[in-house]
Amino acid sequence: MSTSKNSVSKENKINYILYLADTTLILSHRNSEWCGHAPIIEQDIALTNIALDLLGQARNFYQYAAELIGNNATEDSLAYLRIENEYKNLLLTELPNDDWGNTVLRQFYFSVYQFYLYQQLQKSDDEQLVAIANKAIKEVSYHVRWSGEWVVRLGDGTKESHQRMLNAIENLKNYLGEMFIAADYETAMNIDLNTIQKQWDEKVTSVFAEATLPLPKNIFNHIGGKTGVHTEYLGYILTEMQYLQRTYPNAVW
Amino acid sequence: MQNENQHTTSINAPSKEKLKETIWKIIETVPDPEIPVITLKDLGVIRDVKVDDENKIEVIITPTYIGCPAMDMMSMNIRLALTEHGYKNVQITNVLSPAWTTDWMSEEGKKKLKAYGIAPPNQKQIVCTPDLFQQEEVVQCPRCDSYHTKMISRFGSTPCKALYQCNDCHEPFEYFKCH
Repeated sequence: MSTSKNSVSKENKINYILYLADTTLILSHRNSEWCGHAPIIEQDIALTNIALDLLGQARNFYQYAAELIGNNATEDSLAYLRIENEYKNLLLTELPNDDWGNTVLRQFYFSVYQFYLYQQLQKSDDEQLVAIANKAIKEVSYHVRWSGEWVVRLGDGTKESHQRMLNAIENLKNYLGEMFIAADYETAMNIDLNTIQKQWDEKVTSVFAEATLPLPKNIFNHIGGKTGVHTEYLGYILTEMQYLQRTYPNAVW
Repeated sequence: MQNENQHTTSINAPSKEKLKETIWKIIETVPDPEIPVITLKDLGVIRDVKVDDENKIEVIITPTYIGCPAMDMMSMNIRLALTEHGYKNVQITNVLSPAWTTDWMSEEGKKKLKAYGIAPPNQKQIVCTPDLFQQEEVVQCPRCDSYHTKMISRFGSTPCKALYQCNDCHEPFEYFKCH
């Protein structure tokens, strides 16, 4: 292993990996709520496949975090036995799905962010993060294409679909900034969020132009997710997701 | 089960290389849990077999897609196959790097896929860019060999497949995505 320029403390690294794990797990969970409800079966399958990819990423991050934490931590104990204010996911990912337009726009915003973030992780000092990013980025590029094509299809579609996308832009606009505002543990990891934000802006601007959609305006940035301060929605997600382990501790398949 | 310890305690214990060869032969035949016509070897997910000084066996596998639920089944089936042959001291290790690609799928495997009705992955690795509305890959219909086909969805019944339809014979079919 290469000696890193300035070694990151173990605590910062664990927190950062949990941030990646929680964010992908919660968005995976939200997407999985569409199972059986999407407008057509092919898209139902597409979105649940994306949920599965995100879950796979989450599992790899949790396994890695568990290894660093030790103390008998496992991917399951980290996902099922931590409470709301221990979760570090982006607020964007815990917001309710709302309609199809809102769901695909959220996915698009997030996948573009993930794509450029994983490009940076591919150059990280940490071998395991490099391996996960190399593996996941191929799949993330599918997600960007799929969700971006839906943004164009709906934005430049009918009057109704265009209006739905305008609603989604309003709905989500205050939850985008958090992606680019570093938590302390993120700063320690040397992630260049300014570059990611620039790349993200460019991509979103070009796709929105094609979709005949306006960029969000009058933004107020809600933050807190990265440090465990969440919207009221996360509690409901965890209540459902953790029900089994809370009610029947240590239950296994 | 009678021959449980045959391979670890025999006086004529096989050399490590010989043992490795035997292990490869056993696990090579384990079928893919989702697409049973091809083996894990055809798929290219078995990366290595290691044997240590105490004859402890380590099988190294790599996932096709990061969240593929079939991976747990694959590990279990490899373990079962080895147990059947009396090898119990087995560790299955999942590695992510280098990332799996359809380039590792055997020619034999591609033929078997086609015969089963799944279009095998194209030879040429498509560049993974996030650009929208890219020209879709030209995929040959596994039934009538026509290249006149269209993609219905980039996502299919498993993470590794896309849905296509043939414009000539009109049959829908699955395409094992080039990845």
